[in-house]
Amino acid sequence: MAVLTEEQSMLRDSARTWTQEKSPVAAFRKVRDSGAPLGYDQAAFADMAQMGWTGVIIPEEYGGSDFGYLSLGLILEETGRTLTASPLLATAAAAASAIILGGSAKQKQDWLPKIAAGEVVATLAVDEGAHHAPQKIALTAERKDGGYRLNGRKTFVLEGMAAGLFIVSARTSGAETDTKGITLFLVEAGAKGLSRKALKLADSRGAAVLTFDGVEVGEDSVLGEEGQGSAVLEKTLDRARAALSAEMLGSAVQAFETTLDYLKTRVQFGQVIGAFQALQHRAAKMFTDLELSRSCVEAALTAIDNDSPEAAELVSLAKAKMGDTLHLVSNEMVQMHGGIGMTDAHDAGLYLKRARAAEATFGGQSYHRDRYARIQGF
Amino acid sequence: MADFGGELEGFRGEARSWLEENFPASLRRDAERLAEALMMSGERPGGDAELWRKRMADKGWGAPTWPRAYGGGGLSAAQARVLGQEMANIGAYNPIVGMGTSMFGPTLLEYGTEDQKQRHIPPIVRGELRWCQGYSEPGAGSDLAALTTRCEDAGDHWRINGQKIWTSGAQYADWCFCLVRTDTSKKHEGISFVLIDMHQKGVETRPIKLIAGSSPFCETFFTDARVEKNDMVGPLHGGWSVGKRLLQHERSGQGGGRMMGTGAGLPELAKKYVGTDQTGRIADADLRSRITAHMIDARAHLLTVQRAAAEARGNQSPSATTSIMKNSSTRIGQEKAELTLEIMGVQGLGWEGDEFAEEERSAVRGWLSGKAWTIFGGSFEIQNNIISKRILGLPESVRST
Repeated sequence: MAVLTEEQSMLRDSARTWTQEKSPVAAFRKVRDSGAPLGYDQAAFADMAQMGWTGVIIPEEYGGSDFGYLSLGLILEETGRTLTASPLLATAAAAASAIILGGSAKQKQDWLPKIAAGEVVATLAVDEGAHHAPQKIALTAERKDGGYRLNGRKTFVLEGMAAGLFIVSARTSGAETDTKGITLFLVEAGAKGLSRKALKLADSRGAAVLTFDGVEVGEDSVLGEEGQGSAVLEKTLDRARAALSAEMLGSAVQAFETTLDYLKTRVQFGQVIGAFQALQHRAAKMFTDLELSRSCVEAALTAIDNDSPEAAELVSLAKAKMGDTLHLVSNEMVQMHGGIGMTDAHDAGLYLKRARAAEATFGGQSYHRDRYARIQGF
Repeated sequence: MADFGGELEGFRGEARSWLEENFPASLRRDAERLAEALMMSGERPGGDAELWRKRMADKGWGAPTWPRAYGGGGLSAAQARVLGQEMANIGAYNPIVGMGTSMFGPTLLEYGTEDQKQRHIPPIVRGELRWCQGYSEPGAGSDLAALTTRCEDAGDHWRINGQKIWTSGAQYADWCFCLVRTDTSKKHEGISFVLIDMHQKGVETRPIKLIAGSSPFCETFFTDARVEKNDMVGPLHGGWSVGKRLLQHERSGQGGGRMMGTGAGLPELAKKYVGTDQTGRIADADLRSRITAHMIDARAHLLTVQRAAAEARGNQSPSATTSIMKNSSTRIGQEKAELTLEIMGVQGLGWEGDEFAEEERSAVRGWLSGKAWTIFGGSFEIQNNIISKRILGLPESVRST
């Protein structure tokens, strides 16, 4: 664990207390079983906003606390532990970052206070296919009557059914895989021609597919500069990836601890199964990988806070390493629990499903290994 | 003790000017090679290297944190860190190396009698005497406490009979710190820790040739070897805890990065041997992805070393993080060696001869000698046992039925 300031320690402790008491895994299970259309408990999210969690990276002048990404990561690690489903990642980490990085003074004034107060759910609408590919954009934005008209489709939009604001990457020029010619737009959910459909995924969190059928937006909805959206988008995605990695760290640590408890209590052959060396060494491997992953996640968050030139590579490092570790731990959780781990009544399956969805979000391990290599120049 | 920044910066200035004045200019370009040679061979350096040793010996900075009373530098941990930084800045190396400073000295300072410390510590600080480690035996490897080398009371001295193995540098050593059996009726409680003068007729060493060729390792035979009564460290039958403490010093010296490949250089090497595609990527996509995975692991390890250091400075209670260091670093080091060999192809298998570059021949030797990393100093499996039991709290392992 990184060396924390007093404020950060308090933030982490209060996040731990709240998630353990108010949002244990049972709460997520309840949301899932109730078939809640948004995929999260709105009252719980209101609680989070009340505690200031939605404003952690937002500057004070816009109603946030400006505590930074490492601080936000501490909260997400705790929500990840209990699989708390909420728009915290999509809104307070991803969308807020985009507006902070690329927004005009007016856009910031319009949206950041609302995000900080938890009054609006905002999210990124970037991917269009089965794999994360932020440069591969087919959704078009054509100039029309002093504004733009958007046509195309976005998928795997986190909290897409709950969102009141989408940050949409669109192509204003260039070929489908060009970095240049990508423009970011702020599009409100009520825009004419925009329709959405819930995407039912294995992890039971809220996601949506968006269809843009001649959606008209004004010039003032451009985030940053026309055709230059790629740079802001990459930096935004890196902030979202680092924050997500922190959430994944929490899930992995809890999956491991739950499994370790089981190894110490489950008896077979007259022994607790944790006495078997075959399982001990796999547990030691998981512990080792968790420690290594924690270092990467904290380094990525810290690099973002320090605006380090190494931030991009450290983020890909963290997402790749953390993804591998969560993948391993979630599989071992099921395997080591045996038959009980296969039942829906046990939490193991919830961690396994969350793991794969989180791995796929904002780029999986192979995406980030490739990106790490590209940044290093090979 | 509060560490006032000003005082530390004052020390930095003092260290810098002393090093400028005393580290011979002739050694500056060669420091890395000289330091490596010191570790690996029995040769005593001459000329300026010997001058440098003497100066550091007089200053006590070869063992910077050891007490002044025994010739050490008497520095605080923070000052020693500053000294290390300043030495790195100027390209200086520590000429006082070996098991004396890294393992035996710290243990003797903790467990030795005043007389033992007075006799043995100053020659270590001055780099005048070399020590070797008499731990493993043919029948006592990972299960070290099964050792059988006998130590009997011969009246005015202890009499030693038995065989040790993997005694690195025994052929050059002046002394051996050694675990011996003083009671055959008990296992751990029948072991004592003695200091053996290697220059006597009851001691014979034979070098061991390994898969990589010649090695620093020896077999060491004791036949009625003599140990003075005042050279037992800790109580009779109480050597196990002394010996274990020493192993902690040994392991803390590993995993910090010295033996570990950082991953740096592999992409360039691969571009040279395998070539690149039109976009500048390593042409073999599978190899490229495995190099990347290795580099990610190496970086994760390095970040973990840094995190552990930051936590230690931040005064957090010692974390469990350090327990993973050895397995993490040795696995990465071996992976780097495997990748290097694979990248070089057949050239990476060159054993000797002009057809192979020096770099290629040393790649194959390094790959082979590196197999020892997960065996010595607590094997990979023993490290996992330690994590399982001490950190994760899992029970003693049992045989499955």
